[in-house]
Amino acid sequence: MARAVSTRRKITMTIIGWSIGLLIFFPVMWTILTSFKSELDAIATPPKWFFFNWTLENYQTVHARSDYFRFMMNSVYLAVGSTALGLLFAIPAAWAMAFSPTKRTKDILLWMLSTKMLPAVGVLIPIYLMFRNWGLLDSHVGLIVVLFLINLPIMVWMLYTYFKEIPGEILEAARMDGASLTKEIVYVLTPMSVPGIASTVLLCIILAWNEAFWTLNLTTSNAAPLTAFIASYSSPQGNFYAKLSAASTLAIAPILILGWFSQKQLVRGLTFGAVK
Amino acid sequence: MRYRISYLASCAALAVATAGVASAQETLTIATVNNGDMIRMQGLTEEFTSQHPDIQLNWVTLEENVLRQRVTTDIATGGGQFDIMTIGTYEVPIWAENQWLLPLDNLGDDYDVDDLIPAIRGALSKDDTLYAAPFYAESAMTLYRTDLFEAAGIEMPAAPTWDFIADAARQISEANDDVYGICLRGKPGWGENMAFLGAMARSYGANYFNAEWQPQFESEGWTTAVTQYVDMMTNYGPPGAASNGFNENLTLFNQGRCAMWMDATVAASFVTNPEESQVADNVGFAPFPCGIENCPNQGANWLWAWSLAIPASSQKAEAAETFISWATSKAYLELVAENEGWSNVPPGTRTSLYENQEYISAAPFAEQTLQAIENADTSAGDDKPYVGLQYAAIPEFQGLGTAVGQQMAAAVSGSMGVEQVLSAAQQTAVREMTRAGYIK
Repeated sequence: MARAVSTRRKITMTIIGWSIGLLIFFPVMWTILTSFKSELDAIATPPKWFFFNWTLENYQTVHARSDYFRFMMNSVYLAVGSTALGLLFAIPAAWAMAFSPTKRTKDILLWMLSTKMLPAVGVLIPIYLMFRNWGLLDSHVGLIVVLFLINLPIMVWMLYTYFKEIPGEILEAARMDGASLTKEIVYVLTPMSVPGIASTVLLCIILAWNEAFWTLNLTTSNAAPLTAFIASYSSPQGNFYAKLSAASTLAIAPILILGWFSQKQLVRGLTFGAVK
Repeated sequence: MRYRISYLASCAALAVATAGVASAQETLTIATVNNGDMIRMQGLTEEFTSQHPDIQLNWVTLEENVLRQRVTTDIATGGGQFDIMTIGTYEVPIWAENQWLLPLDNLGDDYDVDDLIPAIRGALSKDDTLYAAPFYAESAMTLYRTDLFEAAGIEMPAAPTWDFIADAARQISEANDDVYGICLRGKPGWGENMAFLGAMARSYGANYFNAEWQPQFESEGWTTAVTQYVDMMTNYGPPGAASNGFNENLTLFNQGRCAMWMDATVAASFVTNPEESQVADNVGFAPFPCGIENCPNQGANWLWAWSLAIPASSQKAEAAETFISWATSKAYLELVAENEGWSNVPPGTRTSLYENQEYISAAPFAEQTLQAIENADTSAGDDKPYVGLQYAAIPEFQGLGTAVGQQMAAAVSGSMGVEQVLSAAQQTAVREMTRAGYIK
């Protein structure tokens, strides 16, 4: 009897899980389906699900109009560059806060997070002027620094949460064996924190990949990433849903594939310490 | 050894020569919006570069609102990121006044500036000097379903009034369960519902401000216009109309769900395109309705032109003007017609286009478009102190128009009454205009 209840419960939970999963995935699936429709089929009522004239015309149009590869490589440079730079600062900062906390550590962490609460447009003009004066407009370096600064609070918070779970005695033992501070971080702490660092890296890459305010406002063409690529297919006058869907599918494809392969690390890192 | 030296010398000379050519070549960065006409222009890039091998083009295409924010930031800070900007009739007078734009006084002997439609030329000039060249222009018109009108036994008059439109919307709504009598803009924004309401209020003789810059939202004209607008939207419009903009209404119309739609003339080419519209063969065109007899500008109270301008921060002004001259010339229209057909030619800028029989037979909406544009007089006058019709060309209008637009959307959604909304709009406008120094 107990076994029957358990099976029924399992089936119910599976159905609920799949339903929620499909509900969340539905907009992405609809975008992908629309990308294979003609503009007329894209707005058909009732909506056409799978039985329509499948076409690659939208992808051909997007390919002919835009240099997708250049935009994608810019996204890769910006996402990877800003995340790598972030790790250089976030790991030591999180180490200090986790293993040598002061009475102000919590306040500093909250203050760091509070910088995320400032609406970006409020500082657009000062940042734009600084970039203009330093010759950083439409440059990879400038955007990498901006994206790094935007994601730094999240990186520090995530790594801090993860480091807190590592027993301080292990680091003490390393110190007893004569390890310097650098060696302690590089050879003891970092290898033990690979899942936490991996999930932080993945999340920051996704956030940098999707960032669409600074990447649109501080670039023109040389450093313009996929957000600019999508913006060039959106229009308030004229329905180009199918073409926009094709552009969106191309833009999310790399990050979707990356997320698919690394979902285990991502889930583990995000939920680590949530249940004790 | 001697051969090797001479070979190296030749290579060096070639490299220097190549570098010389490379340095002589200029690359223009052009910011533009994503619409069919602009995309066609990008597709014809090679036609231009083959005629001007010393000029290369680098396109930055963005969604309209993103583009506006992007180019405004750049020009206000002197960022110098663009050599040519696509801007509208709202920006040109303000930016020209601020000396942010270079005058276009060297467009070439063949350009024929007198061929530009006077209303458009006037909207893009300051002190008779052109500061932006029109690429395509639009006014507003009525688009309606001829089959539904015929079935209901209604005939669209040559100059419809809002009372007629409301009555026709009622009749068609009652006769067809799956068709909305009328579709209008409801999405809040200075270029969204306020563009429509500004034009509608003007068709009742009301402006945004009077000669002393006093806001007029509580005037008789605005009260009648907004009351009728809310009434039509609530009773005969689609559900959730407060969130419908141009694209949402275009989709509904193309799906055959709207009997009438009053919006920008550019919509005509979309709804008559069989590749996009399910009702392409059943669309009729009429002027934008009038509210009162002898309404201002014969009901044509909407004018917009996407235009090409050179920011003062550009270091390549000469090459930029060469490109603008090419892209807005008569020869360009012929080039598009040759490649894509006459119906795809950017409309509304040149008088000669509307004298071309090939164009007139390919574009059934040509006559209405020309009539609407020619009648739209944007200039400031005794009745209004500002340039513009569906907008007021002052820097404060974007923020003010959007704030008032949100209040108007509240009336459509039913969360506020019309009187309450107009009173709130008046208060908002008086406060902002006083703060900005227009009201002493």
